[in-house]
Amino acid sequence: MSILVDQNTRLIIQGISGNEGQFHGGQMIAYGTNVVGGVVPGRGGETCLDRPVFNTVLEAREATQANASVVYVPAAFAADAALEAIDAGLALVVIITEGIPTLDMMTVYWEARHRGSAELAAGGTVVIGPNCPGAISPGKAKVGIMPGHIHRPGRIGVISRSGTLTYEIVNELTVNGLGQSTCIGIGGDPIVGTSFVDALERFATDDETDAVVLIGEIGGTDEEAAADYIKSSFRKPVVGFIAGLTAPPGKRMGHAGAIISGGKGTAAEKIAALESAGIPVAQRPDQIAGLVREALK
Amino acid sequence: MKIHECQAKTILGHFGVPTPKGHVARTADEAEKVAADLTLPVAIKAQVHVGGRGKAGGIRLARRLDEVAPLARAILGMNIKGSVVRQVLVESGVDIRQEIYVGLIIDRASKHVVLMVSAAGGVEIEEVAAQTPEKILKVALKRHLGLTDYVARRAAYFLGLPPTATRSFVTIARGLYRAFVELDGSLAEINPLVVTGNGELIACDAKMNFDDNALGRHCEVAEMRDESEEEPLETDARHHKVSYVKLDGRIGCIVNGAGLAMATMDVVKHFGGAPANFLDIGGGAKAEQVVEALRIITADPNVNTILFNIFGGIVRCDRVAEGILLAQKKLDLKIPIVIRLSGTNEEIAREMLKDAGLIAMPTMSDACKKAVEMSQQ
Repeated sequence: MSILVDQNTRLIIQGISGNEGQFHGGQMIAYGTNVVGGVVPGRGGETCLDRPVFNTVLEAREATQANASVVYVPAAFAADAALEAIDAGLALVVIITEGIPTLDMMTVYWEARHRGSAELAAGGTVVIGPNCPGAISPGKAKVGIMPGHIHRPGRIGVISRSGTLTYEIVNELTVNGLGQSTCIGIGGDPIVGTSFVDALERFATDDETDAVVLIGEIGGTDEEAAADYIKSSFRKPVVGFIAGLTAPPGKRMGHAGAIISGGKGTAAEKIAALESAGIPVAQRPDQIAGLVREALK
Repeated sequence: MKIHECQAKTILGHFGVPTPKGHVARTADEAEKVAADLTLPVAIKAQVHVGGRGKAGGIRLARRLDEVAPLARAILGMNIKGSVVRQVLVESGVDIRQEIYVGLIIDRASKHVVLMVSAAGGVEIEEVAAQTPEKILKVALKRHLGLTDYVARRAAYFLGLPPTATRSFVTIARGLYRAFVELDGSLAEINPLVVTGNGELIACDAKMNFDDNALGRHCEVAEMRDESEEEPLETDARHHKVSYVKLDGRIGCIVNGAGLAMATMDVVKHFGGAPANFLDIGGGAKAEQVVEALRIITADPNVNTILFNIFGGIVRCDRVAEGILLAQKKLDLKIPIVIRLSGTNEEIAREMLKDAGLIAMPTMSDACKKAVEMSQQ
């Protein structure tokens, strides 16, 4: 089954004509993702990557029955693009863009929860990201910027706040014969549409996922919330990794959300929270595959 | 981005928050001139980004005009937790009856802007939160409603303000909120907001931090950046769009991606080494960026080994190798380099490096271990 993206995903690319949109659009199509069109205001009627381009998401949806969108629009316009996709009633919006102002993202977050389309379940539109690599269900669909070839179809779910660190770990899993059901990059910003807990809830009911790798980092308390949730209600094995043990307090470590503030959000606290929930936490990325094998026994 | 107290007060003044009369001074003479126009006593306050100025002796009260210059002289040039005082704010003293705290933060867990108030003002709110959390009222503000009058009134009643001050508290709280959302704040605090002897409210200290991602649409805020408060290499890196944080170890790390960069530092530490920095060259990882990154890293005299960890995926490893070779020529590097490259065109990159006498390690752990060994030689 996998989660969030699969063969039934009918994807439009917002910003399909830009450098990022064209390059990654081509990569997604080559991977086999069903890209049904693109949206670029003012370029409606043209084609890009052999797909029709529309002025608005609503037009694109009506013409193509799209149910998901991926946003490669520059930061200043990306929140508006996401709001447009939510308003058009798409079930899933994946925001790749880095650098969206936090208050704009807060608006997107609440709009996605409250509005969404009438046809959707009460949860509204699912937003993934921003500042993320996207989501991939290997062999089915890739929505984002991750390198497809390092993934293999399999039964491990991956949830991560990072991009290249996720590739590193997914590659380790693949090399060690552990394929993946779905890998989700939830994003490195302070406010993201899908939290660890949101993603875990989906993996909990996915009969193609046997275990989950959770890759966190300093900043916020999302990993602690995940530890609580796993302890109380998640019945599949989880293996963790937390980046940023050597990060100094008060400094932003690349990601807007990766900052220890007021002494809170340290890697040590997160590791302790996961361990107290019975989750093994790797000290190095190359230990994760081994821990997953152990946990599956 | 952080700004100084005097800048935060200027901003809040525009949003209807009353602040004491005063002005900034860069010399003792200037401080005395500013004080001459104010009613005594006057407060002389060090303008630095770090907290704890009062305890460090960076805030003094002058009761007579002839005390101002000597006190300002003592504060200017003072080193407070690594920040050198380059300017002081000289402002009229205030008759303090009560000190309260008013703040706005972005609560990542609830995804709301949260209003926090406490009658225990004048001390750090983290301290109050740890010791007497019942003295703090927190209200999550709905995104589409903002800070409504009724919420501000509820806060005023919680604080037990004199009835005459309730209305001006509402004005101040709403002004603080408007400044926060209109300028994309990430933190805004008035601490203390003083209730004066005659029941008026005045913001005696103010702090505002801003969302770096939104500075592009607030030039007037972006111009308030004080680069003298920053680590010079970090400023240099920011100008070249390289994400860099200086640490005090010996292994200079160059990595693509923030999460992998943090993990690389951690693995270096795991093998007994000490990272000299965090550095993310970003997704593109083009040759010129690699040169810039190497220039910044090697400007840190502590660095005795350089560690590259590039997980390409889509990034072309040959381009990164090209950058390393280009930088070697341009910068006349004498420091040993340990390289791990993985991804598109990995084999071509390995050959390029081999021809130049450099070896690419196969895995992240191997590369980190090797870098630690070389750094300790």
